[in-house]
Amino acid sequence: MSEYALEIRQLEVRYGPVRAVRGVDLTVAPGSVTALLGANGAGKTTTVMAVSGSRRIAAGSVSIFGKDMTGATADAIVRAGVAISPEGRRIFGSLTVEENLVVAGSVVPDHKVAVERKAAMMERFPILAERRRQLAGLLSGGEQQMLAVARALMSGPRLLLLDEPSLGLAPQMVDTIFAIIEEVRGEGISVLLVEQNATLALDVADHAVVLANGEVAASGDPAQIANDAVLREAYLAA
Amino acid sequence: MELILQQAINAISLGGVYAMLALGLAIVFSIVRLINFAHGEIMTFGGYGIFLSLLFGMPPAAALLIGVGAAVVMALAMERLAFRAMRGADVVSLLITSFAVSEILKVLFQNGISARPVPISLPASWSGTYQIGGATIGVLPTVSIIVALVALLGLTLFLKRTEIGIAMRAAAEDLEMLLLLGVRANRVVAVAFAISGLLAGIAAVIWTAQRGSVDPMMGFFPVLKAFIATVLGGLGSLGGAVLGGFAIGILEVLAQAFLPEAFAPYRDAIVLATVIAALLVRPDGLLPAANADRS
Ligand SMILES: Nc1ncnc2c1ncn2[C@@H]1O[C@H](COP(=O)(O)OP(=O)(O)O)[C@@H](O)[C@H]1O
Ligand SMILES: [Mg+2]
Repeated sequence: MSEYALEIRQLEVRYGPVRAVRGVDLTVAPGSVTALLGANGAGKTTTVMAVSGSRRIAAGSVSIFGKDMTGATADAIVRAGVAISPEGRRIFGSLTVEENLVVAGSVVPDHKVAVERKAAMMERFPILAERRRQLAGLLSGGEQQMLAVARALMSGPRLLLLDEPSLGLAPQMVDTIFAIIEEVRGEGISVLLVEQNATLALDVADHAVVLANGEVAASGDPAQIANDAVLREAYLAA
Repeated sequence: MELILQQAINAISLGGVYAMLALGLAIVFSIVRLINFAHGEIMTFGGYGIFLSLLFGMPPAAALLIGVGAAVVMALAMERLAFRAMRGADVVSLLITSFAVSEILKVLFQNGISARPVPISLPASWSGTYQIGGATIGVLPTVSIIVALVALLGLTLFLKRTEIGIAMRAAAEDLEMLLLLGVRANRVVAVAFAISGLLAGIAAVIWTAQRGSVDPMMGFFPVLKAFIATVLGGLGSLGGAVLGGFAIGILEVLAQAFLPEAFAPYRDAIVLATVIAALLVRPDGLLPAANADRS
């Protein structure tokens, strides 16, 4: 396989003098889930935001489906097929549930397609249909996460970036979110999944990368990483 | 009774101008965190647009439309030439940039047109009056109220019903997230400036029609009041800006109508003291913005 959905090479991102991400290599194979793990502050969010075009890339490269997108603007990256459910979900709380989807659909070139997709999201997430006219800020954490995923899917992505989708959710809701991740992969969408819940993430993932202090501490087969006691002790809080 | 009705019309008409100016400031601030000190010069430019159109023999109605258009063009030009390069800079740098733009424009108005007021003469019939229950009401203040209300209503519909309007509300809440969804920032920001210019242009029409002249400082004082209105309403809150604008207009007219003559020099001070008192009770303003805690 020569073409990855996402291929990050020697990525470096800085905040002032702080090198938050240092020489990170990471790939997501088409139609698969790559888990990106590591303790708080390891550089996971920075990596994901750099892929999205929201952090300046100091060195290294980002390719999306074989196309070099290093330093591209966020809207070009969306057009290349990438969508994100960011850390903290960041749904628009003062907009209604439906308006959140409408905004995301406004980047779809064909308006009819956007309308159809919105209807499909409402069907897929009945709770969103039920609350379509409510302010999104009034949804529960789990509902907000579903809205964040639905909003990301509005652009019809081929690569989905999920930054801690299960954080702060009740166990049952966590299961629902992971079921959605498997469903999305089943549709052929590639996923980069950032998680603190290493056990669940390694369970669903096809490939895993562990970050520590902005560098790759380990990468490879999720089952192997899950069984590596030293690794778990050192970098994964599970 | 008649006096009350007349004063009410004056208060709402003045409040409508402040509300439109405050709303223009708030729309831009809510999205790019820019407190646009040069907003007054957008309004002044609209006034000169009317003056020059009349000078070149345009019919009055066309001149007023050109004035509004001039304000929109000025707002878009400011964004493109001065503020776009500063996108994402801190609030203070942006504020200082807008001070500079404001000063440059004032000097251009003074040297390019005139430091003194130039007349705007509209048809005499426009400054007529009519009677309601014994009260004599000006046509112009009445039309001003209608124009302001139509503008505010139109903008509300725009923000609620259109895709770009919804995107602007989203941008006010979390611009980075909107960009992550692939929405182009330049478009949203340009529309915000265009709307602020449109509202300032309409304010310029109402203002010049009522005063009959334009000078380089024309926009300065009403926009100063509009700043206070945005703070009173809650910085970055659109509803708050409108509410604050009407509140200040009403306070001003009340102060003028009912305070004894001896207090006349202190009118502005009394209005401001009332605003400060309101802010002591509600520090985030009357209607705080959704993201007030992040700003
Ligand atoms: N906006 C920022 N400004 C400055 N430093 C930041 C910023 N965001 C993250 N950092 C720093 O970069 C490092 C990596 O953070 P982050 O990417 O958020 O890690 P993770 O998502 O793995 O918890 C941390 O040391 C964090 O303090
Ligand atoms: Mg993070």
